[in-house]
Amino acid sequence: METPEQIRDRLLARFPGAEITVVTNPGTAAQHSLLLGAAHAAAIAQFLRDDATLKLDQCSNVTGIDWPEKEIIESTKTTVPDPAGGAPKVVETKTKRLQPGYLEVVYHLYSIALRHGPVILRLRTGNRTDQVTVPSLTPVWRACEFQEREAYDLYGIKFEGHPDLRRILMWDEFKDYPMRKDYVEPDDYEWEPTPHGAVLAKAKTHYPSPAAQPPDEPSVASAKEGAKP
Amino acid sequence: MSDAARPVPAEQATPASPTPIQGVVITDRERDELRRQGILLTSLQELYTWGCSNSVWPLNFGLACCAIEMIAASMAKFDIARFGSEVFRPSPRQADLLIVSGTVTKKMAPQVIRLWNQMPEPKYCIAMGACAISGGPFKQGYNVLKGIDRFIPVDVYIPGCPPRPEALLHGLLEIQKKIKGFKISGPDAPRHLREDINCHCPVPEFGEHDLEPPTNPEFWQAPTIVRKE
Repeated sequence: METPEQIRDRLLARFPGAEITVVTNPGTAAQHSLLLGAAHAAAIAQFLRDDATLKLDQCSNVTGIDWPEKEIIESTKTTVPDPAGGAPKVVETKTKRLQPGYLEVVYHLYSIALRHGPVILRLRTGNRTDQVTVPSLTPVWRACEFQEREAYDLYGIKFEGHPDLRRILMWDEFKDYPMRKDYVEPDDYEWEPTPHGAVLAKAKTHYPSPAAQPPDEPSVASAKEGAKP
Repeated sequence: MSDAARPVPAEQATPASPTPIQGVVITDRERDELRRQGILLTSLQELYTWGCSNSVWPLNFGLACCAIEMIAASMAKFDIARFGSEVFRPSPRQADLLIVSGTVTKKMAPQVIRLWNQMPEPKYCIAMGACAISGGPFKQGYNVLKGIDRFIPVDVYIPGCPPRPEALLHGLLEIQKKIKGFKISGPDAPRHLREDINCHCPVPEFGEHDLEPPTNPEFWQAPTIVRKE
């Protein structure tokens, strides 16, 4: 099968002006992917499905990713010559940059006819709040229908051109997007036998501390200790 | 005769503490002797609870992996028919026992409660497995109900993940034991024989973030547990 770079070059020749970037995966899997711009994404998907050498006729998986806003600290080293004539000094300057957040959809494509794959496509939204629309690929691969609904349900990504975009796992009246990093779940587990970490911090708001207990009421802990001979 | 006159081994029957009913004094030993001669003495209460306890028909209803164990309990190897509960009814109108076998998601919870309301009295509920009791391994999930006892009254809890079919059979025997202890009149009568108890469980609505209300305070309140400092 062609490498992502070869596919990109062929796509750029076929769709001049399309935004296509190869996103490299530095891990051992080395599954590099193609980041597509929203304008040509549906046409490119159609081409990938029908192209004779690729024939990517199966979309096996659609998933969403939430990339929240991130503060990136970049350090640059500059060499300053010493005016006294000594060794030049290395000065490190740090600059902070706020990388805006966005939502991403990832499609894994395979060819059953030619038995190769995967080719991985990525689509990104403008931000996480009001520009959350990406083109739907359900008209190209019917298998995307439920999985795009799931990404809509859990991440709040809107798919333009989807035939039936409704919530699929949560109920229709639900307003939140549970898989987003900033989702706050309802606080409805009051008792945890062995709390630790974030659960301990949450449990502390529910469990009264022994000091807060009125003195005439024996606490559960001391009652247990008192039972011991 | 009251339920104290249930068949017990003759050597355990104490002639010193007979049960007087309407002026008749008869010991368990005498009653066993009469039964050997073909004369059966019983009470309406005993007949009623004997009949109820030996044909507890479960609802044909499963939610997750615990349901597989429930099905196994009904098949030849474990044979729930030995205890009169082999008739799994597909309609709640004909069922006596709701086995909540598996994870109850918040989306499913109103349907489970509606099934419970549709069952005629007398009815019993078994919370089978860790999920139905407390949410189990999914306790910290945003869409998992942390125990079905937050909305409907539970008679028997069977811990396990999932419990073995033997554990379910033990739970059924506990239900039978409970039914055999019922009084059919007076203040100790079960809820379906009393006028002053409303058996209807309110069905929660789907809210914007959680079920509304998230629990039924009539059946469940958060335990007060004191944290060890």
